[in-house]
This record gives sequence, C-alpha cells and structure tokens, in this order.
Amino acid sequence: MDDWLIALIKVVFIWVWVLLIAVIMTWVERRGASMIQDRLGPNRAGPFGLLQPLADGIKLFTKEDIVPDKAKKILFSLGPILFALPAFSAYAVVPFGDKIVLGGKEIILQVSDINVGFLYVVALGSMAVYGIIVGGWASNNKYSILGGLRSTAQLISYEVPLGLALLAITLIYGTFSLREIALAQQGTFLGVFPNWGIFKQPLGFILFIVTAYAEANRVPFDLPEAESEIVSGYHTEYGSMRLGLYLFGEYVNLCTLSALIVTFYFGAWHLPYINMAAFLGPISYGIASFLVFFLKVSFFLWLFVWVRWTVPRFRYDQVMGLGWKALIPLALINLFITALAIQLTI
Amino acid sequence: MLEDSCLSGHSTGDYVKINIGPSHPAMHGTLRVVAWTDGETVVKADPEIGYLHRGVEKLAEAMTYHQFIPITDRLNYCSAICNNVSYEMAVEKLMGIEAPEKAQLIRVIMMELARIADHQVCVGILGVDLGAFTPFFYLIIQREEIYEIFEWYNGARLTNTFGRIGGVEADLPDDFDQRWRELRPNLIKAIDETDKLLTHNRIWMDRTIGVTTFSAEDALNWGFTGPCLRACGVKRDMRKDEPYCMYDRFDFEVPTGKHGDVFDRYMVRMREMEESIKIIDQAYKMYKELPADAPLMAKVPKAIRPPAGEVYNAIETPNGELGFFVKSDGSDKPYRLKIRPPCYMIYQAFPEMVKGEMIADLVACLSSLNVIAGELDR
Amino acid sequence: MLKDMVQGCLGPLAVCMNECQGDLSVEVSKPQVLEVLRRLKDDPGLGFDFLSDLFGVDNSDLHKKKPAPKKAAGEGAADAEPEQPGPLPPRFEVIYLLLSLKTNKRLQVKVKVPEDDMTVDSATSIWKAATWPERETFDMYGIRFKGHPDLRKLLMWDEFPAHPLRKDYPLEGLGEERHLIYE
Repeated sequence: MDDWLIALIKVVFIWVWVLLIAVIMTWVERRGASMIQDRLGPNRAGPFGLLQPLADGIKLFTKEDIVPDKAKKILFSLGPILFALPAFSAYAVVPFGDKIVLGGKEIILQVSDINVGFLYVVALGSMAVYGIIVGGWASNNKYSILGGLRSTAQLISYEVPLGLALLAITLIYGTFSLREIALAQQGTFLGVFPNWGIFKQPLGFILFIVTAYAEANRVPFDLPEAESEIVSGYHTEYGSMRLGLYLFGEYVNLCTLSALIVTFYFGAWHLPYINMAAFLGPISYGIASFLVFFLKVSFFLWLFVWVRWTVPRFRYDQVMGLGWKALIPLALINLFITALAIQLTI
Repeated sequence: MLEDSCLSGHSTGDYVKINIGPSHPAMHGTLRVVAWTDGETVVKADPEIGYLHRGVEKLAEAMTYHQFIPITDRLNYCSAICNNVSYEMAVEKLMGIEAPEKAQLIRVIMMELARIADHQVCVGILGVDLGAFTPFFYLIIQREEIYEIFEWYNGARLTNTFGRIGGVEADLPDDFDQRWRELRPNLIKAIDETDKLLTHNRIWMDRTIGVTTFSAEDALNWGFTGPCLRACGVKRDMRKDEPYCMYDRFDFEVPTGKHGDVFDRYMVRMREMEESIKIIDQAYKMYKELPADAPLMAKVPKAIRPPAGEVYNAIETPNGELGFFVKSDGSDKPYRLKIRPPCYMIYQAFPEMVKGEMIADLVACLSSLNVIAGELDR
Repeated sequence: MLKDMVQGCLGPLAVCMNECQGDLSVEVSKPQVLEVLRRLKDDPGLGFDFLSDLFGVDNSDLHKKKPAPKKAAGEGAADAEPEQPGPLPPRFEVIYLLLSLKTNKRLQVKVKVPEDDMTVDSATSIWKAATWPERETFDMYGIRFKGHPDLRKLLMWDEFPAHPLRKDYPLEGLGEERHLIYE
C-alpha cells in the first residue's frame, strides 16, 4: 500500500471515529444524566434510545437556518466552523493505539507523529476561542457577547496552567512527540508503580484535568453558556446545524481532551504490569492497543458526564480566581519540582 | 421614562444595559429585571413587574366569595393550598365563624404538604440556577408524590381549590395513612440527598455564602416575611407568633439563619421541610384521635353575605405572610379585596440586594427569594 | 386594651376608631398621617414597627348607595361622617396595615383621600416597605405620594391612561391594550 493511501485511511478512520464518539456522547450524556437523576431519559428511538442522536441530527439538519437580521452575516457563519475545525484537527496528532502490522507494513495508529505534537495540540486548543468570540460577537446579542467574553477570558487563563502542566510532562519524558510520550509509559518505575504520567505527575494530573474541564466549557466551568444566567451564552442566536456544529465541536473537544489525558497521564494503550506486545500477534496487538486506549478514553468521557450532573457552576470571578491564584502557582511549583527532581537524578 | 429614572446618577455610555427577562431561563414565570452592568457587575437593577398582572383584585369585586377560591390558586401556584386557606380564613373571620377542629387539622396537613412542595421547588430551582441540576430531580420526583396525594384528595394537582369557606369539602381518604407512610421516608431521603449534594459542596458554598447578604434591620424595614426574614436571623413565624389552625398545639422548631445570604435562605428552607414533616405527623395523630363523624364544615349559609366590615387575615405560607384584606358592604361580593403577597415585599428590595453583585449572583438571589410571578403581579 | 393604648398614644390625632371582628382600625386625618405612623412606630408600648401592607380603597360605590344600606353599614365600613349628608365623604381611602413584632398585634391606619386633593405623604421615609405598595396605589387609584423616591406605575404599563381599581373603571377594561405600540 502507498503511504498516502494509508494516511488517507487513517484520516478518514479517525474522523469517523471521533464523529461517532461525539454522536454517541450526546446519547451517553442524556442517558447518563437521567441515570444519575433517577429518571428514564430518551428511550424511544431504537434500542435504549440509541437512535436518538440520529433523530437529533435529522432535526438539526432540517431546521430553518435563521440568521438574525442585525448579525454580522459572514462572521456569523464563520463562528461554528472556526469552533469545530480546530477541535477536529487537534486529533490529528493524538494516538489512538500503538501500531498494527498489515501485509508486512508497520502502520502507526496515529494520523501523524509530528515531533512538535505537544505544541500543535496546545496551539489548536487555543484556536477554539476564536470560534466562540466570533460567534458571540457576530450574533449582535448582549448575552452572546457576554458568553463570548467569559469564554475568552476563561480559555486564555486556563491555557497557562494547562501548558505548564504539560510542560512538566515533556520534561519528564524529554520529548514533544505524543507517540514517544505514550511509548515511554510502558513498564514500571520504583518497582511497583506503572510508568504512567499520573504516578510521576500526580499534581500535574489534577491540574490538567481541572483545566481540561475549563477548556471544554463543561460544568463546573460552563460559564460561557451558563443557561440560567446568560441564556445560552455565545450560541444563543444560533439554530439548526450551526448550533449543531457548536455542540458537536464541544463533544469532539471532550474526546480530544480525554484522549490527551489518557496519552499523557494514563499510559496511553499500555496496561499496567502487562506487556501486551509480548504475547499478542501483530494484528491482534494493534486492535488490542486500540481497544485499551478507547476504554480509557471512554472512562474519562463518562467522567465528564458524571461531573457535569453532580456539581454546581462557578461564578465568573471564582473561575478567574481559581485559574490565576491557585492553578497557575501550583503549576509553576509543579514545574519547578519536576525540573529540580530531574536535575538531581541525572 | 424608564431610562431616566433608572439612570439617576449614571450615564448611559458607562454601562451596558442588559434586559433580563421577561422571557429568560432564570426569570421564573415572567419577571423582568433591567440591569445596568459594568462588565459582569450589576450597577443598578430595576425589576419591572406586571407581566402576569391579571387584575385579580378587580376580578374579586365581580365574583361571589366562593367563586373567588379558584382564583387564589393562581397566586402562588407552587403552594395553592396555602392561598386557598388564607383566603377562606379571611372570609371566615369576616363572618365570625371558625372551621371545626377536624377541618383545621386537614388544612394543616395539606398546607404543610404544600409547604414541602413549595420549598422543594424553590431549593431545586436554586440548584438549577446555580448549575446543579441533579438535586432538582430528586426533589421534584417527591413533589410529584405529594401532588399525587393532592390529586387523590380533590382531583387537582397544581391548582387545588382546596377547602370551602367554613371548612373543607371532604374528609381525608382512608388510605392517607398508608400513602403518608410510603411518602415520608422518600421525602426525607430526597431532602437528605440534596443536602449531601449541595450543602457542603465547596462550589455551592462559594456561590451562596455571603452572596446578597441582608441585615435583619433592613429586612424588617423592607417588609420581609417568611424564610427570607428568618434567614436574616429574625425568629418570626406566624405559625408560632400568631397561631391559627391550632398551630400552637404542634411541637416544631423555627429555623433561622444568621446573615440573610443565599445560603441561609437555602438552609432555612431545607430545615423547614423537615419541620413540616414533623407537623404533619403530629397533625395526623391528632386527626386520628377525632371521631370519624366529626363535622368538616362550620354552619355556613348557602349564599355568603358577610356583614359590612373589613378584616385582614394573614397566614404563614411557604414564602411568608400571605394576607387577605376583605372589605364587605354586606352584599354577596367583596367590596374590596387586597392581597398581600409575601414575595411582593421581598422582591422590592431586590435592587438593594443585588447592587454591586455579579449577574450570576443576581440569578442566585432571585431564585433564593422564591419570587412567584403569580402572586407578585396578581 | 389595644384600643385604649392607641388612643392614648395618638390622642386627638385619632379621628375615629373602629373594630371589626377583632381588627382595630384608626382613622387619622391626611396631613398628620406620617406623624401618626411615626408615633405608633416609636411608642414603646405599642411598637408598630412593621408595615405589613399599604393599599387604597375606592369608596365611591358605597357612597352612591348610601341611603339604602345605611343600616347595614352600621359596622362603620366607610361612612365616617354621617352627620353631613350634603357633600359626599372623601372618595378614596389609603389603609396602612401595621404589625407589632413585639406584641404581635395588628392595626389598620386609615386616611381619607378626597378626589380633589389626591396627595398623601409617602411613608417610604419610615418604612422602605412602602415603596412598591405606594407605587401600586398610585397605579391603581391615581393617589400620589409626596416624597416617594420613584413614583412610577408598577403593574400597568407606563402609557396606560386609567386607574383600573377605581370603581368607575369597567371590569372588562376600555381596550387600552389595542392601542399599545410595540417597539
């Protein structure tokens, strides 16, 4: 097989896979919410209501596409695209398994293993803010602009601890490539702990997961779309598939963030104490690594849902306070300790 | 016109005017607050009411005394039974009659159930407005069970039209005992779970403690009653202070707060629900001791024509003092009927309360006051 | 008794007092209403420190059918000056519902407001609780409150021309909403 064909297949596969997860996530969210809240949730369309996302999709596609009269038309249509695009693109460097050997050719289960993968992820993560601020601004609605501003401030503030937490990871593994970081998490250290990021960077993990919730605009950081305060925030004026793109982008973001958490802190496709590659064939190993990775990602996706239906929402100034007064100093301390430890051990 | 009075002291260019409501997810019913904000901080808030004004007081002047009972359902629709009883007691007072003991006990049981239902909605909605959805469902499921009891008592769930002038229309059905025994632990569990999810939650505490604090002095000056006043630390409950319906014979606490912030209002409501359960237990015990054929209605003439005069009668509804001023000219229709809704007095202090707070606090404050547009606008 | 205490506190300020089913009401003259309210609030024995409500009453219908129900109205509903049959008694009435938190007693303070001088001193300087009730009374009856910080219509919209709780306003309205201009 040609390399470009393999790349194309990987791109299409990852695109479909992420899309599928996003679709299923809408179902998981609603069913999970109803499970937590002691009610039934959507259970009519298909078995267990599994076809509900399809119905929702059809509904979103066939709804009238309304552009407010005084909205900035071009920016208004650009907003959702700017939001969804980086969300999808970020997945390009996130691995979804180790490698698979097909016809004697070794295929890495990652769209592209660029050596600045870390920077790419962080850069694209901050791109999402454009989609929100452009959408919020173009809507010509005060609630939208408030949501857009809240989101901008929040995303920019939380980029910092996120980046700092990841920087400590790169210090430990000595690379910017996500695949190499993932590979380095095999085996154990100090005899007992799996070689995972969470054991080497417990504080870093907490920082990362908190900032991940903020980056994804999820409860308790869902201020940009805080329903009871600013209606729907930046997508108040959006309807039909434009709204769908925003919602979709959000779930894709969740997916990316969960995959990042797994890649950086939860040993990617590695199982603790077990080396799958040692006793599995090349093809079955590829599939197994993909499944393990997927299972871990699913857990974190579920965690997003779980947290959302458990805690209340922060207030705007509290979010800022937490970001600047707690997370950033902690991230700096974490980075400092990590650097010190590395300096002392080498 | 609005702009001028709103902006006294400020200039338009400095602040953003945000129109919250009348159609907004946080404005329960049809409230509207015009807020002038500096960033996220509310500089001035001006509540505009009247979007649900149906002229209830004018309607009353064209209706007979009995015809008006269903209209009182539409005041605080979360606890319609309390409104019904308040109105009925006002007319009874005007006529100089008193409902028999059994009717009073049935009223107490139903009113306390309605109080629980009202507080459940208020606490649940407060959670929803602060982003915590789940407790709302725990509470609302049990409220549904309370509504089942109402429905099975008189066929209506929300707008109960409970009782008649001079008593109640029907005895408690036979299986109330069983229903209450089933409901009671579930209610306690729901309250308990809500308590676990919210009360000691760090985010919840950050969002509610110290938010829109109100001093007892201010609260009395503004005419606060009910849980909002008790949250400020004033131990005033008409059930204790001006007992009616034999409330002086029940043993219950009046929970109070300290600072009058959102958290205290929430806590007072939470604890009041538990007290209400206690009252229902006692009232039902007393009810069972009465003979089965005890009268349910006082002697009331078919056509109610109270002697000319005017009385004011108020009871402690979930929101506070709900009073009816009835003036009769001797005919079969009230000459003038004035409703004193509790949240009307509380809501007028709203601009004072939210001044300098953030938009998110404005929403939290509004839900913690439990402003019901039905009784606010009448 | 409460009646004597109120009488003692107000002295000649109390024009007349009435009791209906245990509800005591005291009528005072319009210019002295603030003085009366202050005295009632500050009196150590009475301590009516809580304004429960404030509202207006339109008595014009009572006055109209005055000859017939004179006997029935003996309870003292409205006709305070029965000795003057010539000019009609004041049309409106503003009632203050006071409550003493100390003794849990209630008192109604009434002020007659004639149609040709519809201004009453605002009680907002004593109780802030009077803010909205006074606005509503202005809205519903057209009674103005002197010294009110923000006397706008409360329940009806700003352009609404009438005062709907007056007895001469028909129940079904005059169709004002048809002329409502939406922005």
